[in-house]
Amino acid sequence: MKHLLSGMLLAFAALFALAPNNVRAEDKFITLASTTSVDNSGLLTHILPQFKAASGIDVHVVALGTGQSLDVARRGDADLVLVHDPDAESKFMSEGHGITQREIAWNDFIIVGPSADPAKIKGGHDVVAAFRAIWSAQAPFVSRGDRSGTDALEKRLWKATDLDITKAGPWYKDIGGGMGAALNAAAGMDAYTLCDRGTWVSFKNRRDLAIVLEGDSRLLNRYDVIELNPRLHPKAKLDLAKQFADWLASPSGQKAIGEYEISGQKLFHPESDRKP
Amino acid sequence: MGDFGNAIRLALGLVFSGDATLYAIIALSLRVSLSAVAIAVVIGLPAGAALAIYRFPGQRGFVILVNALLGLPPVVVGLVGYLLLSRSGPLGRFGLLYTPTAMVLVQAVLTFPIIVAIVHRATQEQWARHRDAFQVAGATRLKTIPHLLRLAKRSVLTAILAGLGRAISEVGAIVIVGGNIAGFTRTMTTAIMLQTSQGNLPLALALGLVLIILSVLLNGMAFAIAERRALR
Repeated sequence: MKHLLSGMLLAFAALFALAPNNVRAEDKFITLASTTSVDNSGLLTHILPQFKAASGIDVHVVALGTGQSLDVARRGDADLVLVHDPDAESKFMSEGHGITQREIAWNDFIIVGPSADPAKIKGGHDVVAAFRAIWSAQAPFVSRGDRSGTDALEKRLWKATDLDITKAGPWYKDIGGGMGAALNAAAGMDAYTLCDRGTWVSFKNRRDLAIVLEGDSRLLNRYDVIELNPRLHPKAKLDLAKQFADWLASPSGQKAIGEYEISGQKLFHPESDRKP
Repeated sequence: MGDFGNAIRLALGLVFSGDATLYAIIALSLRVSLSAVAIAVVIGLPAGAALAIYRFPGQRGFVILVNALLGLPPVVVGLVGYLLLSRSGPLGRFGLLYTPTAMVLVQAVLTFPIIVAIVHRATQEQWARHRDAFQVAGATRLKTIPHLLRLAKRSVLTAILAGLGRAISEVGAIVIVGGNIAGFTRTMTTAIMLQTSQGNLPLALALGLVLIILSVLLNGMAFAIAERRALR
């Protein structure tokens, strides 16, 4: 029995461990640290084959919140970043990690909430007033709490209300998770949450949730691609990364971004589209 | 209940769909977890038996430690793995972060204590029972290790299957060092996590069912082989 088992295990080891399971040296690939919204929404899955066809380069997407994506890049574990938090990006640039920062797409944030709308914010266009109304109504609100771009915007909006969100009651639920986790939580407890349009349109577990507020210019959501500084990141594949960044900004990349739709709905606008 | 019915239909549909992406994900899950268990077994079986028969200073502490590590949180192992394998970490120059090899390594670390703890317990009993016979036969302690493992074969099988269960169901460690990269490091569990975060709950649950089916098949195979051997 032991011989058989060890034989089996050795066979497994030979089959699996020694099989060429990693990238072969001649494969061209880069690691992109991206925000979850461009990946979970299906945008990257839609555009990457087009880039691969044009360039022969594979893009390995590691989807994390913006804060985490920038941290991964700081440690040198990514070749390029695609994120959406202006403040965190400025900090990253001023630390010298980034060398160019280009906006390649935009869409908008929305507030989603239960159709009963306990805070009576449906149909409004003033996001700060809506946040105040949620506070006054003590209506359940799910916060990402994960230093993502969406989380950072939410904190800035609470700041604009002059209410101290750290003193909020139990109605304010900091779940410390991604956008999908936040939407699942909001759907499960009939809560409001701030969401990017890309994730919302592609999200399938809406239950009683619907868009309750959209169209405030403060809810603009810009996606930037940041190339890394060769001085701080000598091991990163910056040439290949630059090819992808250039392609994203090029007419064919922009066209690919603008063409992505789910059931007739556009999820992202190319950079050149006029903003509201 | 509609959710569950849907998931079962979807799961069956998936299994027989011939969907290349799904099969690739299943194959990667198997490859990573079986490789990890193989590594843990090759080191863990002799280590567990040695721990049962050798006496050395700190041995008790070692046994307690191994048993305590049964509760090792995968996310912590993943985090440590990330820091070690990161380009700026001590093992960065191997370029292993965000590869299947990185996932094999963290799962081997998670599986190892399970194998050692179970094998230690079982071989300890066999050692207590047969120690005198071994010594009369003049076998050195080193030479008794394979015999002890054979005597404890049922527990050895349990250890291997428990390790495999831990590895194949694990997500916290591999998502950190593997990155859940589509077509490269996406496994069953990270795919389930991704589908859940996209609100695609029926598909997530269906993938979960496929994983359970896979686990049942693996265990069934192991038991069938063990029984055929026992009959001879």
